Amino acid sequence: MYRIRFHGRGGQGMKTASRILGTAFFFEGFEVQDAPRYGAERRGAPIFAYVRADRKTIFERGVINNPGLIIVADDSLVGIPAAGVLHGIGTDTVVLIHSREHAEVWQNRLNLKGVLCILPATEEDGSLRTWRTIGAACSAAAAQLTGVVSWDAVVASLTEELSGLGGNWLAENLARAQWAYDQMSPFSGCVELETKETAALSTSVDWIDLPCEEAQWAAPAIHTGKTSEQAETGLWRTLRPVIDSERCKGCWWLCSTFCPDGAIQVDTAGRPQIDYAHCKGCLVCVAQCPAHAIDVHPEHSTE
Amino acid sequence: MRAMITGNQAAAWGARLAAIDYLPAFPITPQTEIIETIAQWVENGEFACRMVTLESEHSMITAAGAAAATGVRVFSATSSQGLLYAMEMLYTVAGWRAPFVLANVSRGLASPITLEPDHNDVLAARDCGFLQLHCATCQEVLDAVLIAYRLAEDAQVRLPVIVNLDGFYLSFTREPVQIPAIHQVSKFLPPFDSLGLKFRAGKPLSDAMAVLGGTPYSYFRYQNHLAAMRAVNAFTSSAKAFGDAFGRHYQAIEAYRCDDADVVFLMIGSFATKAKAAVDRLRKAGQSVGLVRPFLLRPFPVDDLRKILDGKRGVAVVDQNLSPGTGGILHKELAAHLYDVPDPRPVLVSFVGGLGGRDISNDEFYAMADVTREASEQGRPPPPRLLFTRQDWREMRKLQAIAHARQSGGAAP
Repeated sequence: MYRIRFHGRGGQGMKTASRILGTAFFFEGFEVQDAPRYGAERRGAPIFAYVRADRKTIFERGVINNPGLIIVADDSLVGIPAAGVLHGIGTDTVVLIHSREHAEVWQNRLNLKGVLCILPATEEDGSLRTWRTIGAACSAAAAQLTGVVSWDAVVASLTEELSGLGGNWLAENLARAQWAYDQMSPFSGCVELETKETAALSTSVDWIDLPCEEAQWAAPAIHTGKTSEQAETGLWRTLRPVIDSERCKGCWWLCSTFCPDGAIQVDTAGRPQIDYAHCKGCLVCVAQCPAHAIDVHPEHSTE
Repeated sequence: MRAMITGNQAAAWGARLAAIDYLPAFPITPQTEIIETIAQWVENGEFACRMVTLESEHSMITAAGAAAATGVRVFSATSSQGLLYAMEMLYTVAGWRAPFVLANVSRGLASPITLEPDHNDVLAARDCGFLQLHCATCQEVLDAVLIAYRLAEDAQVRLPVIVNLDGFYLSFTREPVQIPAIHQVSKFLPPFDSLGLKFRAGKPLSDAMAVLGGTPYSYFRYQNHLAAMRAVNAFTSSAKAFGDAFGRHYQAIEAYRCDDADVVFLMIGSFATKAKAAVDRLRKAGQSVGLVRPFLLRPFPVDDLRKILDGKRGVAVVDQNLSPGTGGILHKELAAHLYDVPDPRPVLVSFVGGLGGRDISNDEFYAMADVTREASEQGRPPPPRLLFTRQDWREMRKLQAIAHARQSGGAAP
């Protein structure tokens, strides 16, 4: 069974990527299961989605714990433990990272034994437009790495999944997907249809008898008001809202009120200030500002 | 047509193919995609039904029951807190004997609040008079909705049916699903013969009657029970007709590789397919293990259960629910239904797992099979076991530290 996990940030299209790959496998005659896993969805929050594909009925379900292929659309996620990017990887897991750094850098950094491929990111990546086609690129790259999903199946799948979007989106995604599919051709087929069966079944399960603890602590209460403050959710951000003080009319309340994280404070001069340690980059403020005074910059850029 | 669709979309397809007339709706995660899908079809003109958004699940179920009492075909959907908010009306409309289908997308109940699945929501509704079908795959969701209408509208039954699917594991998971052609479905499920259900504003009729003194109350409530009991046979004939029409055959209780099994898992819902994967691996390793999965849970198909478990030595009952103060609900029901079976009865081992969507690993399935085999050899079960590992404990302690909860015990037990 192919077990494939996509990691990215909310808004990057990882759910769509899993569906594009799932549908492409389906068109190739595979039994398929694809699903996203998210909780409190918000742009920029870590999200993953997964695909299982096999020639026979799939009984496995839920999160993939022993992936054959991991695709990482945003390399800043690798360092965030909660994102669980490296969860369950083994020596035969292929890792594909969309990054501006070279394969050797990641190989050394992560001390990985298996195959590691890079889908090269460019200066331009991070702009809203390229950000939105990374999902198609990742799914096409994954298709190539399996070696069993033809380019025709990828095209048919992209058409099925994206033609409802209208505009130029399908063409743009097809172009980016073609590029990614070609980029990965030297590694075509490096992900194996896992057939290894463990001879001896492990039953060594470390179950514990859960002790009864005092209700004061065993009830699901948060005893500090600072949990949100302690978690620097600014790390989630891939797109940065920047207030242009020239255009800001100083209405003093719209962006700060609509910010779902309370990350915009109004200073004594009546000007909004963004707390970048906690702003997740959801861009609700950008949509709300009637003066269009908030710009969007990719997080990697130096602008 | 075979297509990749989610469990939620499969439920919507079931409603569409059943040619529902009326859809009272209220959103809740992880169900909302069902009503969104149907709303989109209505908006596009692909499918015609009267869709009405209500202000709560309580009103939604009232509207569903009232519409069903006029003799039209009704569908609705909810989940978790929504099902509980509607609880008062679940009992009420079942008492009206108004048949309709309600999809419930299972999600654990607060507190603490979660989005992920377990079965405490749907099992809280087990005594309300609705029948219950529990699905394990996306295909089953679509098929169950169609079978549920046949069952609900059977003149011998006339009760509403809940079709249950697990949040995330089915609701947001796409699988290839065979979507039958509408002309095939309309042969299996002709337009609703309303059986004299014709509540009209112009012809007043009191459905919500009050009774005092226990006699009429006992009569009406027990009628609901007797009708539910008759639904076992009605299910068998509906499922047979479904199999004849579509080639997919359903049993009230699925028995997977059970024939020569000594030890079986007993589970409901989508996690049961994980048990199937474990059964296959255990079989390969030479162990005689199977899976017993009730698809029909209300009414409980007792005779089928006894037949399937005849000669089995041990049953690992995996409850994805918890009744505080007594434990796993299915374990207690199973024990009750096997009490008057002559010896040798199988030893029942109680496991509680998958609460709030907590995964059950392959190793845990193997270990449960081991524990159950050992118990069957000794002739008595070990204490109930929560599937919770040392790693779960460490994770919990970490979260408690972040939440500044003082740790009472310190080290792991």
